[in-house]
Amino acid sequence: MINEQELALLLTDLLDVHGYDFTHYSRASLTRRVNRLWSLDKFPSFAELRYRVRTDTDYLKRFVEGITVNVTEMFRDPLFYRTLRTDVLTMLQAKPFIRIWHAGCSTGEEVFSMAILLKEAGLLTRALLYATDLNTEVLEQARKGIFPLGPMKQYSENYLLSGGRADFSGYYTAQYGHVKFSDDLSERMVFSTHNLVSDRSFNEFDLILCRNVLIYFDKELQERVLNLFDSSLGPLGYLALGSKETLKFSSLQLTYKQLATEKIWRKIG
Amino acid sequence: MAENRLSSPRRVVVIGGSTGSIEVLLQVLPALPAPLPCTLIIVVHRRNTADSTLASLFTMRSAVPVNEVDDKDPVEAGHIYLAPADYHLLVETDHTFSLDDSEKVNYSRPSIDVTFESAAAVYGPALTGILLSGANADGTRGLAMIRQRGGLTLAQQPESAQVGFMPQQAIRQQVVDRVVSIDEIIAELIRPV
Repeated sequence: MINEQELALLLTDLLDVHGYDFTHYSRASLTRRVNRLWSLDKFPSFAELRYRVRTDTDYLKRFVEGITVNVTEMFRDPLFYRTLRTDVLTMLQAKPFIRIWHAGCSTGEEVFSMAILLKEAGLLTRALLYATDLNTEVLEQARKGIFPLGPMKQYSENYLLSGGRADFSGYYTAQYGHVKFSDDLSERMVFSTHNLVSDRSFNEFDLILCRNVLIYFDKELQERVLNLFDSSLGPLGYLALGSKETLKFSSLQLTYKQLATEKIWRKIG
Repeated sequence: MAENRLSSPRRVVVIGGSTGSIEVLLQVLPALPAPLPCTLIIVVHRRNTADSTLASLFTMRSAVPVNEVDDKDPVEAGHIYLAPADYHLLVETDHTFSLDDSEKVNYSRPSIDVTFESAAAVYGPALTGILLSGANADGTRGLAMIRQRGGLTLAQQPESAQVGFMPQQAIRQQVVDRVVSIDEIIAELIRPV
């Protein structure tokens, strides 16, 4: 088990040697993630773990991917997606062009969920979905649009609960335990690495989704990232967070108005 | 951090349960007075829906409101908190909660072990861990950690539990200080600091 001083050493190495800044990640969760990798990868001592992270760039990739959480689903929290359909996309309908940013998109399940919503609202052809993540590996997976077949039954149920009326399986072709989503969905997606900790705003968006990413940050970093989102949202743009994330500790709460009970806010100031 | 100090808890009780534990909590909560002399954190396994009906159900039976935790909520003295469905619940050293939606632990999210271990690291001897009814081995590792950090560990009497496996598992691993009845659980929660 890693102690506080060792974790601090590791975080300093990641920043000084490799330029990854995890110093403002929530410590309790980060400690668990590091312990998990320590035991999975069977390091006999902290010194050996540290040496490997400092010197082995292949291992560094695995390490960064392992301490960040890449768990995601399609149509997670179906009522959230229902509100996107009924309250957000209807308002975006008036726009000639719609820009959406999925910040911390991981393997892309939410991006494809969004593309399906847009297609069903007749908006996909005039929308662009920018999907970014810190990890290049997960982005590569997202770009392919290939997902395991196993959870599709659950996703199909989520889809129906979100107000979907089509046959969910019509959006993909299944082969060898995997499914590939159709190209007309992925055509409107742009994938790119972006680090919320160190990179800046790169466009102006009508909707930013960043769900279950801020929970891994401390309050100071949360505030910085929320301000990055604020400066990346156009007037009356929407910000969507995870079901237990909130603006209640942020200065943004003064200029954003929450939609009903979902974690979606509209920029009003 | 400094502004949290005034209300940060001096004694924390964390209760974990699975199948059959909600019934126990529905007996325990109505017996608790307001103000409560400790902070109570509840982690129960349940279906992964995002709705908060369980928190409302508990609140209806309790003099102290039961809050389902939002990310970064402060841990305050005398409050009762419930881990949200589909997230692990952790405690930070600055006495705030943080949430984590990483892989399930013991087939569970929230996992009792995750909260117990993280609370043990922060509260040490000021922490009591109580493990209730359940059909899962979750909680045993967490109790071991609470004990190692000087906290008190209790398990519901397996014969009084709807499913005795979970407390039994902890007892067998010898990480339990006392095996307790529901009345003794209530007594532990209301004893003065």
